[in-house]
Amino acid sequence: MSNAVAHADVHGGAHGHAAHHPKLQHHFETMEQQKEASTLGMWVFLLTEVLFFGGLFFAYMLYRIWYFDAFAEASRSLGIGLGAFNTAVLIGSSLTMALAVRAAQTSERKATVTWLILTIVLGCVFLGVKVVEYADKFEHHHVPGAHYIWAAEHAPGEGSAGAAASEAEHAAPAGGDLQRLTQIFFSLYFTMTGLHALHMIVGVGIMGVITWMAYKGRFDSSYYTPVEMAGLYWHFVDLVWIFLFPLLYLVERHT
Amino acid sequence: MGSYGIPLFPEQASSFAANVDALYIFIVSVSAFFALAVTIAVVAFGIIYRRKHDGEVGARIEGNLPLELLWSIIPTMISMVMFGWGASAYFEMRTPPAEALQIYAVGKQWMWKFQHLEGQREINELHVPVGRPIKVTITSEDVIHSLYFPSFRTKMDAIPGRYTQLWFEPTKTGTYHIFCTEYCGTNHSGMIGSVVVMEPAAYQAWLAGGTTEGTLAQRGERLFTDLACNTCHLDTGKGRGPSLQNIVGKPVELADGTTTTVDEGYLRESIINSQAKIVKGYQPLMPAFQGLVSEDNLVALVEYIKTLSPTATTTQAPAAPAPPATAPTTNTPPVGEKK
Amino acid sequence: MLDTLKLPERHYLNNGHGLKSWLLTKDHKRIAIMYLISISVMFLLGGLFAGGVRLELMTPQGDLFLADTYNKYFTMHGVVMVFFFLIPSTPAVLGNFLIPPMIGAKDLAFPRINLLSLYIYWLGAAFFFYALFSGGVDTGWTFYTPFSSFASNTNVIPTALGAFISGFSSILTGLNFIVTIHRMRAPGLTWFRLPLFVWAHYATSLIQVLGTPVVAITIIMVFVERAFGFGIFDPSRGGDPVLFQHLFWFYSHPAVYIMILPALGVMSELVSTFSRKTIFGYSFVAFSSLAIAVFGFIVWAHHMFVAGISTYSALVFSFLSFSVAIPSAVKVFNWSATLYKGSISFETPMLYAYGFFGLFLIGGLTGLFLATLGTDIHLHDTYFVVAHFHYIMVGGAIMGYLGGLHFWWPKLVGRMYSEFASRISAILVFVGFNLTFFPQFVLGYMGMPRRYHAYPDEFQVLNVMSSAGAGVLGIGYMLPVIYFLWSLKRGEVAGPNPWGASGLEWQTQSPPLTENFTEQPVVHGEPYEYTPHVAREANLV
Repeated sequence: MSNAVAHADVHGGAHGHAAHHPKLQHHFETMEQQKEASTLGMWVFLLTEVLFFGGLFFAYMLYRIWYFDAFAEASRSLGIGLGAFNTAVLIGSSLTMALAVRAAQTSERKATVTWLILTIVLGCVFLGVKVVEYADKFEHHHVPGAHYIWAAEHAPGEGSAGAAASEAEHAAPAGGDLQRLTQIFFSLYFTMTGLHALHMIVGVGIMGVITWMAYKGRFDSSYYTPVEMAGLYWHFVDLVWIFLFPLLYLVERHT
Repeated sequence: MGSYGIPLFPEQASSFAANVDALYIFIVSVSAFFALAVTIAVVAFGIIYRRKHDGEVGARIEGNLPLELLWSIIPTMISMVMFGWGASAYFEMRTPPAEALQIYAVGKQWMWKFQHLEGQREINELHVPVGRPIKVTITSEDVIHSLYFPSFRTKMDAIPGRYTQLWFEPTKTGTYHIFCTEYCGTNHSGMIGSVVVMEPAAYQAWLAGGTTEGTLAQRGERLFTDLACNTCHLDTGKGRGPSLQNIVGKPVELADGTTTTVDEGYLRESIINSQAKIVKGYQPLMPAFQGLVSEDNLVALVEYIKTLSPTATTTQAPAAPAPPATAPTTNTPPVGEKK
Repeated sequence: MLDTLKLPERHYLNNGHGLKSWLLTKDHKRIAIMYLISISVMFLLGGLFAGGVRLELMTPQGDLFLADTYNKYFTMHGVVMVFFFLIPSTPAVLGNFLIPPMIGAKDLAFPRINLLSLYIYWLGAAFFFYALFSGGVDTGWTFYTPFSSFASNTNVIPTALGAFISGFSSILTGLNFIVTIHRMRAPGLTWFRLPLFVWAHYATSLIQVLGTPVVAITIIMVFVERAFGFGIFDPSRGGDPVLFQHLFWFYSHPAVYIMILPALGVMSELVSTFSRKTIFGYSFVAFSSLAIAVFGFIVWAHHMFVAGISTYSALVFSFLSFSVAIPSAVKVFNWSATLYKGSISFETPMLYAYGFFGLFLIGGLTGLFLATLGTDIHLHDTYFVVAHFHYIMVGGAIMGYLGGLHFWWPKLVGRMYSEFASRISAILVFVGFNLTFFPQFVLGYMGMPRRYHAYPDEFQVLNVMSSAGAGVLGIGYMLPVIYFLWSLKRGEVAGPNPWGASGLEWQTQSPPLTENFTEQPVVHGEPYEYTPHVAREANLV
């Protein structure tokens, strides 16, 4: 290669800044190259996230096969209504996100901001419901650890404490197996949904920044990559939930 | 120390040690050949083709497909020989003969507890007769340990919550090392001992030196009564629990429709985690003894139940886990006293 | 010609002064230098722990340190060396510095993410230092449960979190390299014209992005178990401690390929340059890097042959483990064939390359003993394994890293180091290394277990040999610090291409401009072309 290299000035003339899009970073040659690099980078990052959650899914799959009965019972104690509602909320937020990307692509600043704000709102609704669910678990002593109790006759918890809940609290703990094995379910439940919620919180934060940038008019049809990349991330987090919901909430619900 | 007069090998004291050593020497030879061949080549090329003047460059040679194939295929074939030989040795090392003498080993921080069927209990020392296959069923009371007999060329991890096993047939009398080979905390280096291989007569004499507790199975029988197992597990099969006569080594149908084989692992699991694999046709009434029976006592109960199946032989411990028993309590009640 | 060489006026080192210009830089070269300093500090720390270990092992009794102290030393030696030295080493220093110039780019695809990966590395190291100053950790770098989740009473959580955080540094580096290599090659630089160093880093990056997240989540599971009492691996609650091993080794086996592949890439560059000949079988060497990355993911349970896995699993994993050996052998044969009819010289980088030949060969061949089931049962968790992986990690990865550092040092700083001192160092390292680790193969077959601070008397002679070798090795490693630092001010000015090497990075000034190139290069020729003209221009010693 030593003698065979010719040098070309890709910009076809003086290296002037006037020819550059203001958003073109200096180590890239063209906007297209920059956008392709960003997109590939985000997809590779999402691939790492798949592997990240994958380890938990693998552990879950293993234990569910081994302890199906305990897992089914524990799953039935989760509030399916709230879970389904949350699923709808997230899918809706992916819709608003896609619409935000579209609006940015067509240089509609106000619409972009509106759709982004809606996405944030829906994300916060999801997180709020999760808080309610976690609080319910806490009251029923379903948080694994020293205070964990799996009551012998267990009424499915539907969110708010009521007569059923206090009855469950006073019922005797179930025989050894269920006490132990349902705890594994809840360990995985909290780790998986907790990790997911953490990703949602980060996502809401990112959306906040993107919304502010959109409000300031930073995006138009020639440059809306950050909106698109944030969208990819948001869709991924939504997708993880779409796997989590049936795996955790819908074990043997047909009975 | 060396089997060839070289202090490089432990004693070959088991029936498969010689095979393992031979396999080792084979791989050493292959490795030495390739290491030498490549070393000689690169040193020779370094000398022959040493740069002679400043502007000199090497010849332009891009590659050679036949050569590439040759040095890919030949190592592959050699690896397959290594794999095959290693796999067959492994199969032998992991398949205990049916007539193997049973010993139980429980690892705990930081000692090995061995239990003979005749009731003898040893700590960090294991007496065995020469010339007989010995099967050791292993578990741990706390963290993962590993039972290693270098002179027998075999080891197996001791895992809390399950039984694992290894076997060997000692071929030479003498005293050899026992090591723990899975890091387990402060005194991992101290979890060592000796295996004493004795002539059969000497071994019998040692056994007769005895114990006041009776055999392991007898201890188990006492526990069986003390823990009231006999009130549900009637011999007639009409009790609340299935009969335990002649079940070991046989398949049994479970409540969920699957079938499993009754072996030590299943017996242990059913005591600890009684709801896990209930026999079909019986109610889930058995209390779980998780936390109430130590590993040492579990071993005694399992051994007793095995004596109720006089013609059975057991297979390998299953892979599914069951939890370990309590924190270690190794005291057994003296004969006749209630627990 | 030699006397009139001057350092270029403008280069990346004098482009901006002061701490801020370094800590907030986007220049991949400055980031590489900061990584160099960071990992050198960690290497020194890891070496001190190793020194403690080898000192204790000179006598059969545990008479130098308390058992707990020794256990902490070998644990922290492993944690530091694996997570804070070896995993970053060649990629974060040489890869970061060289990949953009090698492909004709001005920087990596994501310069700020590159800087972020450095910050994350520092944060991970901070957690480790916190654990260290709070009394250390004694679980072994492998963190096996249930010991790590329940039984150890040392600083498991901060150490685990430190490893977890540093993993993200590794992931981001890999992500950056993948996107850079795909999207930022200069016009005319097709995949099969890339230097093999780039191929090796591409394969490494694939492993980094696919494997590291799995160990990250495994550490999280140990963390929640230990911190909150969740039961995932706890057998008394129905959990399976062996599940931890599967999840851990699913990353940690490919991790060893993260550690060796970049060094294999360096080797291709060194062998080619110092025999002034193109690499024999270029495409085979390129594909072998990918093959190692792929096969590396399907062999993890060969660390678990005695962990209670089924006979059939063991057979499968043993068989597959041989598949990984073949691409490595292919590389060694191709490098040997490259020397044939070359024009060979023995400057220090080539001494390291030759050392690598011998040591990587032994390391790789001894892997065969462990892939073979019949021998692994006897050898698992003995000093044989310790010797095997040190031959690859130190004899392979570190020799490759040092060889690369000696090769590209003039490009990094614009000056040459003392050839005499560096040759002494290379020889000391090679001799010291063999003296330290070869006896350990024998110790292992004799049955000496790993992680023992006290051992039966008959193992002493070999242990003393090993400790003596460690002393020599330590001296060998100290010398480069001295002569590299010396070269910064007093070394001979190197010029753009002191070795007469091929590659776009040698077309630039030494040290390079911040933007590497004033105009984007266009590539026409094949890689590894050597002409007498350029060879004569090389101002070698």
